[in-house]
Amino acid sequence: MTTSTAPSWNHQATARAARLARAAGVDGVRGKQVAEAAVVALLEALIEPGDRVCLEGDNQKQADFLARALAQVSPQRVHDLHMVQSVLSLPEHLDVFELGIASRLDFSFSGPQAARLAQLLGQGKLRIGAIHTYLELFGRYFIDLTPKVSLIAAQAADIHGNLYTGPNTEDTPAIVEATAFKSGIVVAQVNEIVDKLPRVDIPGDWVDFVVRSPEPAFIEPLFTRDPAQISEIQVLMAMMAIKGIYAEYGVQSLNHGIGFDTAAIELLLPTYGERLGLKGGICRHWALNPHPALIPAIEAGWVESVHSFGSELGMEDYIRQRPDVFFTGADGSLRSNRAFCQAAGHYACDLFIGSTLQMDMAGNSSTATLGRIAGFGGAPNMGADARGRRHASPAWLQAGREARAGLTGARGTPRGQKLVVQMVETFREHMQPAFVETLDAWQLAEQAGMPLPPIMIYGDDVTHVLTEEGIANLLLCRDDEEREQAIRGVAGFTPAGRRRDRALVDKLRQRGVIRRPADLGIDPRDATRNLLAARNMRDLVRASGGLYQPPRRFRNW
Amino acid sequence: MAGMETLHFDLPGGRALAPFAPVLVGVVASGNLEVLLEPSALAGCRVDIDTSAQGFGAVWEAVLRDFHERHALAGLSVAIHDMGATPAVVSLRLDQAVAALGAPTGAAP
Repeated sequence: MTTSTAPSWNHQATARAARLARAAGVDGVRGKQVAEAAVVALLEALIEPGDRVCLEGDNQKQADFLARALAQVSPQRVHDLHMVQSVLSLPEHLDVFELGIASRLDFSFSGPQAARLAQLLGQGKLRIGAIHTYLELFGRYFIDLTPKVSLIAAQAADIHGNLYTGPNTEDTPAIVEATAFKSGIVVAQVNEIVDKLPRVDIPGDWVDFVVRSPEPAFIEPLFTRDPAQISEIQVLMAMMAIKGIYAEYGVQSLNHGIGFDTAAIELLLPTYGERLGLKGGICRHWALNPHPALIPAIEAGWVESVHSFGSELGMEDYIRQRPDVFFTGADGSLRSNRAFCQAAGHYACDLFIGSTLQMDMAGNSSTATLGRIAGFGGAPNMGADARGRRHASPAWLQAGREARAGLTGARGTPRGQKLVVQMVETFREHMQPAFVETLDAWQLAEQAGMPLPPIMIYGDDVTHVLTEEGIANLLLCRDDEEREQAIRGVAGFTPAGRRRDRALVDKLRQRGVIRRPADLGIDPRDATRNLLAARNMRDLVRASGGLYQPPRRFRNW
Repeated sequence: MAGMETLHFDLPGGRALAPFAPVLVGVVASGNLEVLLEPSALAGCRVDIDTSAQGFGAVWEAVLRDFHERHALAGLSVAIHDMGATPAVVSLRLDQAVAALGAPTGAAP
């Protein structure tokens, strides 16, 4: 007779219990409550070398106190961590690599730290697994990048560890779900501990430890654009977007990227859009952070719903008073959720419109520039056709018809297509051309040893290129040469634009592949700032009936 | 002024303008420019440019060739004071200035 050991199926739960037992012995830890001064010791007790750790760095909200604490642990005890986080925005997010606490990184966006990230990579201080779009990274939290320990941020906790995130829920539910249900450990920093929460965003039995942060969590107002800085050229491009694309396709549901170009569109809806009789016909449903620039359109009755990735500082009271438009909790404040909003933007929106730093002659675009490793956040997900979409809408069907006209077989099978619009002035600041023969991304890929160039939006997903010179409808291009000339034909006086084949560009214009402002019945001289429904921050406050309270740095009146 | 570049272009041909009062549009501000149109005795269109952006002669030439294709005006002197405006803004100002030719106030936004 032989004996055999029964297989064990609960290694992870056993390991979790051991970590919790170590943590219970730390001075200043009582149940779930952790004293501010005990937090570094807590992390040293919980985290083991080689652990995969999610440090909540969202697009806006940052677990900054826990980030500082993690950068203070002893590298002798805690090292070789594999950091998984959507955004690297604070210096501490990279300090952990510089100090030898962490060595591997999987992320989505590192805008503010992009130059230092490239430096550290060059010095061999870290290895990058991959740069993801948000939804892709969240997906991997549930597949092969599940965190062992997550360090998150919330507005408030109660004694049971229930969390209230307030308007900036953002990534928290996705992180906590992946960690708590795979025997991981969740540590939350909160601004305050209260007897009764306004609402519960994260149930307490998914949270292991709570520490009160000495300062409120850092939140960045990323989506505020002062209308005073919108140029006439941006007004012209916004007129073209509204008349030449939104009206043309009857776009009902959409997402706008960040920037003055799209802020101009938002501010033209109640003026120019109204004049064109488009109210109710376009722009009714949005996947969008609460852009202050959308206030005049909301007040004019254009907007039926807005679901948000995160919140925006200063918009709290306005949102609270407009629950028919925004998603709000029983407490009245916004409930944002980046994972759901990214899913909504991908599958439930007819159109994405955004901007880029560079576009090549195949329509590939990238914000990656030499010496910076920045990632793209949500743009690759928003700016991609949703191949799994099956519900029809007029805009989706029309785009699909245009793309498939004349094709046969599998490629000619009727289906819809998402409208993906790149809105770029032909020259950026300092006369940098936005249209280039070769993206910097190729050289960056070589320098950083990436398997592919970091392209934000692939050319075969882009349906329209909009510049001050015109709109190129790439859906109507039938081969690579037409596509290239359609792009050159709106690339203005950039070197790439001046290299156009004038005869072919004229032919494309006759076919409606390229449409100039005049072809759309738009006189560029009508594109004045007088068309903006708000011309400065004060106008936005006034439009909100005083409910919008811009952060101090935007109070310029 | 230090760091300014001066450029001159003569654009031949075009339809002679009737006498007109000088037209001034735009402002000398960062990313913007001032365009002054005045009558001249020359046969074609003469353009004098002071610009803060150095090394963009080829772009100016392309912008002005395009302008001359659009309007083909003769007996015209154009003076431009540029503070780094993009070609899009330059073209817009030129069109605004031409639209204001002969208008009673000579003003454009």
